[in-house]
Amino acid sequence: MVSRFDMLRSKPIDGELLKLRDEILQYALDFGLDFYPVVFEVCDYDTINILAAQGGFPSRYPHWRFGMEYDQLSKGYAYGVQKIYEMVINTDPVYAYLLKANNIVDQKLVMSHVYGHADFFKHNAWFKTTDRSMMDVMANHGSKIRRYMEKYGQDEVETFIDKVLSLENLLDTNVLFESPEKARLRLERLSEAQKEEAEYDEHEGKSQALRSYMRSALRHSDSEVGPKLSGSDDFDTMAPPAHIGRRDIMLYLMEYAPLKEWQADVLGILREEAYYFLPQRMTKIMNEGWASYWHSKIMTTKALRSSEVIEFADKHAGVMAMSPQQINPYKIGIELFRDIEYRWDTGRFGKEYLECSDMQVKANWDRPTGMGREKIFEVRRSHNDITFIDEFFTPEFCERQQLFTYNFNSRTGRYEIESRDFEAIKTKLLQSLTNFGQPMIEVAAGNYENRGELLLNHIHQGVDLDTHYAADTLKNIYEIWKRPVNLKTISEDKEILYCFDGKELKIKD
Amino acid sequence: MDHPIKRDHSRFRKIVKGRIRDSLRKYVSSGEMPIQKGSGTFKVPMPSIDTPRFKFGDKSQGGMGQGDGQPGDPVQGEEGEGPGEGGEKAGSDAGNKELEVELSLEELASILGEELELPNIEPKGKKTIESTIDRYTSVGSTGPDSLKHYKRSFKEALKRQVATGTYDPDNPIVIPIKSDMRYRAANTVVENENAAVVIYMMDVSGSMGDEQKEIVRTESFWINLWLKHQYKEIDVRYIIHDATAKEVDEETFFRTRESGGTLISSAYKLCREIIQADYNPAEWNIYPFHFSDGDNWSTDDTKLCLEILDNDILPSSNIFCYGQVESRYGSGQFYKDLHSKYGERSEEMILSKIKNKDAILDSIKDFLGKGK
Repeated sequence: MVSRFDMLRSKPIDGELLKLRDEILQYALDFGLDFYPVVFEVCDYDTINILAAQGGFPSRYPHWRFGMEYDQLSKGYAYGVQKIYEMVINTDPVYAYLLKANNIVDQKLVMSHVYGHADFFKHNAWFKTTDRSMMDVMANHGSKIRRYMEKYGQDEVETFIDKVLSLENLLDTNVLFESPEKARLRLERLSEAQKEEAEYDEHEGKSQALRSYMRSALRHSDSEVGPKLSGSDDFDTMAPPAHIGRRDIMLYLMEYAPLKEWQADVLGILREEAYYFLPQRMTKIMNEGWASYWHSKIMTTKALRSSEVIEFADKHAGVMAMSPQQINPYKIGIELFRDIEYRWDTGRFGKEYLECSDMQVKANWDRPTGMGREKIFEVRRSHNDITFIDEFFTPEFCERQQLFTYNFNSRTGRYEIESRDFEAIKTKLLQSLTNFGQPMIEVAAGNYENRGELLLNHIHQGVDLDTHYAADTLKNIYEIWKRPVNLKTISEDKEILYCFDGKELKIKD
Repeated sequence: MDHPIKRDHSRFRKIVKGRIRDSLRKYVSSGEMPIQKGSGTFKVPMPSIDTPRFKFGDKSQGGMGQGDGQPGDPVQGEEGEGPGEGGEKAGSDAGNKELEVELSLEELASILGEELELPNIEPKGKKTIESTIDRYTSVGSTGPDSLKHYKRSFKEALKRQVATGTYDPDNPIVIPIKSDMRYRAANTVVENENAAVVIYMMDVSGSMGDEQKEIVRTESFWINLWLKHQYKEIDVRYIIHDATAKEVDEETFFRTRESGGTLISSAYKLCREIIQADYNPAEWNIYPFHFSDGDNWSTDDTKLCLEILDNDILPSSNIFCYGQVESRYGSGQFYKDLHSKYGERSEEMILSKIKNKDAILDSIKDFLGKGK
C-alpha cells in the first residue's frame, strides 16, 4: 500500500486546531457520544476534492469515473457553486478531513458534526458488519486491480469495470446482516469452486457457460436449493440459494456467470465496496440528522463564543435550508430527532397519547417523563431511514415542516404542488426511501426457457423504470452473462418483458 | 508526485475527447457550434457518459419539497417555472444531466485534425507579426495590491529591521512599511509570428437560402478554428456579393439576404483590392474562400473572374478555396467552369461541392487536407 501521506497533502492538525479538538472532544464525550478514535487532518480544497471524488478514500482502483467526479467537483469549487467543508470516513480509527481555508467557527462546527457521525457509525445497527479496516481494504483493491490491468490491459479491465458498475445499485440489504461466520463459509465454498474449475479446465470442448453452470451445480449439489445436475423439476429456475437472497445480483453473477478468474475477482471487489457504502445510503437522513443535532447542541450550549454567534447561525442556516424541490435530509433529520426528544420528554407517546382525540388536551400534553435524550440514543441505534420515518413521522411534524408532494402537470407543462395530505406525503417519502431509493430487482431464473438465459424481475412498486437506462443496463449485463438477458417489469400498467440477445432489444408484452 | 487521480482525470478527458470525435460528424452537421467562453475555451455539450443503471423514470415520479404554497401552485425555484423545459432536474435524483465539457481551442482543433487527418500547414513568408506577451517574471517596488509579493515584502522588511537594529530575535515580529513592499512585475516579450488572413466571400443573391448560409456559417467556423490553431493570430475579412460586392462584419455576413443578379467578379475585384491594400503576399499567408451556388450572370463575367484569379489572387494566395453549396435554383455552372480550367486537384485552387450539411466535414477536409 502506498502511504496516504505520499499522495496527499493532508497533515494532522496541530496548534490551535488541536486545542479546539480537545475542547470539542470533551463536550462530545460529556454528552455521551461514543466513537472510535477520530483522526482529524487538514488539507487544501484540491485534496478534499480528490478525496470526495474517490468516496472519501485516498487510494482507489484506477477508473475514469473518479476523474469525472474530480472534474466536476473542481469546477464546482472554481465557479464557487459548491464547496465541501468536511469528509468523514467510517473506519477505525475514523478519519476526518478539514478544509484548511475554513475559519475557526467552521472548524468547530465541522468537528462537532464529525463526532456525531462517528458515534452513528459505531452504534447504528446497519453498520454492525461494516469492515472498519476499509482504508487498507480499498488500497489493496486498488493494487489488485492495477495488477490485473498490467496483466490484461487497462482497457480490458476498465471496460469490464464499466459493465459491473451497472449493477452497483442492485444490492440486497439483508446481506448487511450476514454474520462473519457465514461470509467466511461462503468464501471457502468459492475457493473450492475455483479449484474445481481448474479441474474442469481439462475437459476441453465444453463451453464456458456450460462449465460455469456445472461448476455451480456441483457446488450446490449438497444443498436443497441450488441447481441440480440430474433432470429435476426446478431445472429451469436455477434460482440462487435462498440464504444469499435473490436480490444480490452481483454475487449471483459472480457465482454463475462464465467469468474468468480475474473478472470474478474484480466483481467481488466492486461488490464488497458497494456493500460498504450501502449502510450510508440507507441512513442518510438519520446520519446527517444525528450529526447536525450534535453540532447544533455542542455549539450552542458549549463551544460557541459570543463573537461567533452570527457566523455560526449563518452557516447552520445554510446547511438546514429548506428547498421546494427536494427534501433536505439534514433538515428533516435534525427536526425529527428534536421532535422525538421533545415528545419523549413530555410524555407524548404511547397508547394514551396516540388515542387521545381531544386536540386541546393533545396540544397541551405535558407529562414530564424526561426520557427524550435516552430515546434518541436508542433510535439512532436501531433504526434506518425507512423505519425512522415510518415510526416517528407524525401529522403534526409534517405540518410544521411545511412538507408537500409535487408532480408534473402535463397540461400546464410544469411541476406543481400536488398535496399537503399527511398520508400522501408519508407514503411518497417512504416510497422514495424503499430499497435505498433504487428499483428492486431480483434474479427470477438463471436458466430461463431452458436456454441458459437470465431472467430478472423488477418488483414494481408504483414507479416505472427509465426505459433507456434499462435497455443500456441489460446490454451491460449481457456482456457479463454472455447469454440473453431478460427483464420482467411493468410499464404504463402493462406487464412487459425486455429481452436483449446480444444484437437487439426486443420488447414482449 | 502527482496523485493517481490525475491519471483517472486524463483518462476521463480522453474518453470525452473520444466521444466528441465519434460524434463530431453528427455534431457538425447538426449545425450546432461550440459556445466560446471568455478564456479561449469552448463549451461542447455532449450526452452524459453516465453508467447505465436500472433507475426510476423521471416524469411519473414527481418529488417532495418544503415551503409555502397551495396545491396547484408551481414548485418554486429554477424548475417548474416556464412550461416545457422546466423540471428536468426536479426530485431528489438529478435526472439526465447533460455534460458540458470545456475544451481549449487546441484540444478542439486537434480533435478536428485527428478526425479529418488534416496535415499541419506549412506557412510561407516571414514571421512578421509582432506579438507581445507579458510575463510576470520580475519584482518591482511599485504595483497594485493584488500583485503584492508577500514573501519578498517581508524579506525586505526583515532586512531593514536587521540593518536598523529594530529586530528582536526573541520577539520576531516583522512589520513591513511602505518602502518594503514588493510587487510582481511584468516583462514584455516580443515574439514574431506567422501572419495569416482569411477572406471569406459569399454569394448572397436570391438563390442562396437560409440553409445554404447555415452551411457556410458552420463550415467557416470550423475552418477558422483550424487556422487559428495553426497560426497564432489570424485576420478574418468578410465580403458579400450579388451583382456588387461589399465588405461587411461577421454578423452581417451571415445574416444578410440580398436578391438580384450575381456578378462573381465584383467579389474577386474587392478581394484583390483588400489584398493589395493590407496584405503583402510576401509576409502574409492568404486564404480566400468563396462560397456560392454556382450561378454567375454571364460567361463574360466568368471569364473576367478567371483572369483576376490567374493574374492577381492565385499568385498571392496560399490556396484559393471555392465551395459550391447546392441550391434548388443554382445551375452550378461556375464549378464546372473552374473545374475545366484548373482540374480536380490543382496546387493553387481547391474545389469542393457541398451537397448538404452532412457534407460539411468532407468539404473541410478537401480545403485543408493539403496542408497549405
